[in-house]
Amino acid sequence: MIRAKVYVTLKKGVLDPQGETVRGALETLGFAGVKDVRVGKFMVVTLNEVSREEASRRVDQMCKKLLANPVIEDYRFELEEG
Amino acid sequence: MNEPTITQEIIAAHNLTREEHDQVVAILGREPTYTELGIFSVMWSEHCSYKSSKVHLQTLPTSGAAVLQGPGENAGVVDLGDGLAAVFKVESHNHPSFIEPYQGAATGVGGIIRDIFTMGARPIALLDSLRFGPLADARNRYLMGGVVAGISGYGNAVGVPTVGGEVCFAECYSGNPLVNVLCLGIAPVDKLFYGRAGGIGNPVFYVGAKTGRDGIHGATMASETFDEKSEERRPTVQVGDPFREKLLIEACLELMRTDALVGIQDMGAAGLTCSSCEMASRGGTGVEIDVRLVPRREEGMTPYEVMLSESQERMLLVAREGAERIVQEIFARYDLDAVVVGRVTADGLMRVRDGTRVMAEIPVKGLVANAPVYRRPALRPAWQDEVQYLDLHHIPLPRDCGEVLLRLLASPTIACKATVWERYDHMLFLNTVVGPGADAVVLRLKGTERGIALAMDGNGRYVFLDPRVGGMIAVAEAARNVVTSGAEPVAITNCLNFGDPTRPEIMWQFAEAVRGMAEACRALQTPVTGGNVSFYNETMGQAIFPTPIVGMLGILAHIDHATTPGWKGAGDVVVLLGQTREELGGSEYLKVCHGLIQGRPPTIDLDFERRVLQCCLEAIRAGFVRSAHDCSDGGLAVALAESCISDPERHIGVEVSLSETGRPDALLFGEGQSRILLSLREADLGRLEAIALRHGVPVTILGRTGGSRFLCTGRTFTINLPVAALDQAWRGSLPTLLRQG
Amino acid sequence: MRFGIIVFPGSNCELDCQWVLEKVLGQQADLIWHTEKELKDYDCLILPGGFAHGDYLRTGAIARFSPVMKAVERYAEDGGLILGICNGFQVLCEAGLLPGALLRNTSLAFICRHVHVRVENTATPFTTACRPGQVLRVPINHNEGRYYADPETLRQLNEKGQVIFRYATAGGETTDGANPNGSLDNIAGICNERRNVLGLMPHPERAAESLLGSTSGLLLFESIVRSGRAASPMFR
Repeated sequence: MIRAKVYVTLKKGVLDPQGETVRGALETLGFAGVKDVRVGKFMVVTLNEVSREEASRRVDQMCKKLLANPVIEDYRFELEEG
Repeated sequence: MNEPTITQEIIAAHNLTREEHDQVVAILGREPTYTELGIFSVMWSEHCSYKSSKVHLQTLPTSGAAVLQGPGENAGVVDLGDGLAAVFKVESHNHPSFIEPYQGAATGVGGIIRDIFTMGARPIALLDSLRFGPLADARNRYLMGGVVAGISGYGNAVGVPTVGGEVCFAECYSGNPLVNVLCLGIAPVDKLFYGRAGGIGNPVFYVGAKTGRDGIHGATMASETFDEKSEERRPTVQVGDPFREKLLIEACLELMRTDALVGIQDMGAAGLTCSSCEMASRGGTGVEIDVRLVPRREEGMTPYEVMLSESQERMLLVAREGAERIVQEIFARYDLDAVVVGRVTADGLMRVRDGTRVMAEIPVKGLVANAPVYRRPALRPAWQDEVQYLDLHHIPLPRDCGEVLLRLLASPTIACKATVWERYDHMLFLNTVVGPGADAVVLRLKGTERGIALAMDGNGRYVFLDPRVGGMIAVAEAARNVVTSGAEPVAITNCLNFGDPTRPEIMWQFAEAVRGMAEACRALQTPVTGGNVSFYNETMGQAIFPTPIVGMLGILAHIDHATTPGWKGAGDVVVLLGQTREELGGSEYLKVCHGLIQGRPPTIDLDFERRVLQCCLEAIRAGFVRSAHDCSDGGLAVALAESCISDPERHIGVEVSLSETGRPDALLFGEGQSRILLSLREADLGRLEAIALRHGVPVTILGRTGGSRFLCTGRTFTINLPVAALDQAWRGSLPTLLRQG
Repeated sequence: MRFGIIVFPGSNCELDCQWVLEKVLGQQADLIWHTEKELKDYDCLILPGGFAHGDYLRTGAIARFSPVMKAVERYAEDGGLILGICNGFQVLCEAGLLPGALLRNTSLAFICRHVHVRVENTATPFTTACRPGQVLRVPINHNEGRYYADPETLRQLNEKGQVIFRYATAGGETTDGANPNGSLDNIAGICNERRNVLGLMPHPERAAESLLGSTSGLLLFESIVRSGRAASPMFR
């Protein structure tokens, strides 16, 4: 079994009002020096019995096709075995 | 899997008293199993059994010419003519919303929608009545933000428009917000469905989402007061899935167009337990269920957990034997589970099996019909006289009545709520002729010339000061709001929010408020078609104001009768129907400007109220009324101001003079009942006076619309303000209060 | 004319579009469930508002893979008229039939109210009944309506006259105050280069009867009917 941890974030330059709101809230709570917050999505995709290479290829396709929208989002993922 | 042995501790943890446990043993003729104990516990909880309220609720009028279905079913049904019926009901989700405001409110919306479409009606409108503590407190802002977001998130996505409602604020709701949601659906009169398990041998279907451990004992949670530990109970809160519910609506409505369905009920509070035994009880049958067949989301669930889970978006239905495929095909189309989990039986028992093992076997009659009923002690509290005492001599007269008016307009209970309802889709289905923000919502009834008006009202402060009078006013004000919108009041649904019923003073408040509501419902001929009781709205021994919320349904004979509060042009005559008295008790003015929750609420003469309503409705139907607005919170001055500013794209000023003697604050801000503000063309004044004379209703000419100022003069005062200043106070207040902190 | 309204699981404005087309405009309008693979004999397709697949993951992201979408793409390639309203606009962007994307409103709140939009281009099949610069009063109803496109795409949209509606004041000025959701350049609706696919966030079907407060949305549907009639031989 392979677990892919997929991180999807807004592209640099795309306004993230939610991140901006969180940054403001952190400031209010007294956390000084927070320069920027970006809010993204985290997904765990569990795959059955494939090789690491195959998993990597397939998860990359999943991201391109569905999990992220290339117009506005970047993605990256990590694979974990076990 | 072995179930725990029943001990005194386990019985107590299930909130059953010793007497109730003895009754369980008498019904079964033996000690209950663990699963049975769980079933009795939820079915006999206050939330499901109405054990403390029943004796009082039975005094409410529940029948009338238009009522097709009164209390006791999933929702009430009213005849709209042309073969159409209105199915409507209000329900509370107060306790879950306090623990997790977003999901609490969201699942409240989901639950009431299911009650409506189970009857065969397409849900077309939602209204919410909300109560929060003051917004100066960050916790209340968090609660309000979460509740509004939950209603918006669920209601919009499930595709049922939230067309109106009300939001009020008072200190007593800080630890106990109220979230009461009303849903209206439209059904063909000859295709109504009921929650009845009929036809011995018919299959019992489980449809909808899968079962998890959510909300186990949610119903018992709603039957306890809050303490410091309540916030630790988050795991029992259910999570709503509006997408799944949307599919469930469409699948059920599609199934109802076939001949496969016998009976259907939502799995709401107490889930599978409540739905199955209530369906058997109404059908006079028994039900047998195998919990092993129930679709599950989590592993290792016990029969006890499966029976008591409150996972959302699930229904139980009984289909005609042989029609199994029809059910399965329709639900498969919507990607929903539809599994036969049992059968209707003839033995009058609710039998729960886990495979071949019988986990529970309970006579349905004993569980439902013989549930305990209490006439709990009721006692007028000693402090009642104290709060009712008000000596106006000790209340200083305002120096600047204009400043008072601005303060009242900015008071969150009165202020414009656009910032709330703009977050709700209030236009879907193209029925919303008069949307949120007016006295009542007006929806057209497609395929007819008629319309439906809906209003929700319930001034908890009045009920606190005098429960009986407050109960009457709740009904009368809701009726008035429907009438000023152009509709004839037809029937109500109610949600009764009170404290701990085991305390005699709370029970007295409840009994008195119900008595007042019953009197008003009789006088105004608006029977009660159903509703909900929410007790235990207390935190650390501090109860909320007793808050009965009335949801009033009215019918517009013609949609063209739809009338709104805002002035329609310059030069119209402004008149008052009814009479202004020197009444300040319980007013928003006393609270906002003097910090007092004191005195007797305004008096109400139900016969006079009825005549005022008839007069107003006759005038509207005659076609010459340009605007109509109920005088309520903040009195005549606030009503006048709101008529100037309620339409953001068209502000119109007013010039009025009040000739009465007496205290200016009472004249301007007193909340005397049975008063309606109308505007009309001068040429029509004679027609109005003739109608009013026939109904014995006094008409006072106050002044004229026009200009850009609010000018109101009396013997000892003058208010002269630009309309823009009123608008700023009224429209700007809530966004500012919500942004602070 | 014969309209086809695509219904995804979670769509909710399909009946409203059907009502306006049939009861107000006297046209034929069929509902098409998302599992259909063939689209025959329609003069215009509408992707209605709602929450297709719950708007889970991203608005329109799952709907765009519904079986019907292959046929919708072919229909667009053949020059058929497609109107995407609100969620339908989001689906069209995800499907790549229109450029750009719709992001969460800058206010982070769902907004349902009437707004004004200015008609930027009347030379499309969707706007022939409008006057250039005409201001329409139509409701919006969305949580993700902030139009975004990269600078190059945006430049092209502007250059090629593909921006069809911009949020404006009642007087027709495209101010920041008139922009309800933070859309780039106040963009409320765009079309493809070929001008047969239009997406917009406002709901024209909610502004089609005076009883409900505005009729200016009717102009879109009337334009389509007009263009459809003129061009009907080109559609199968």
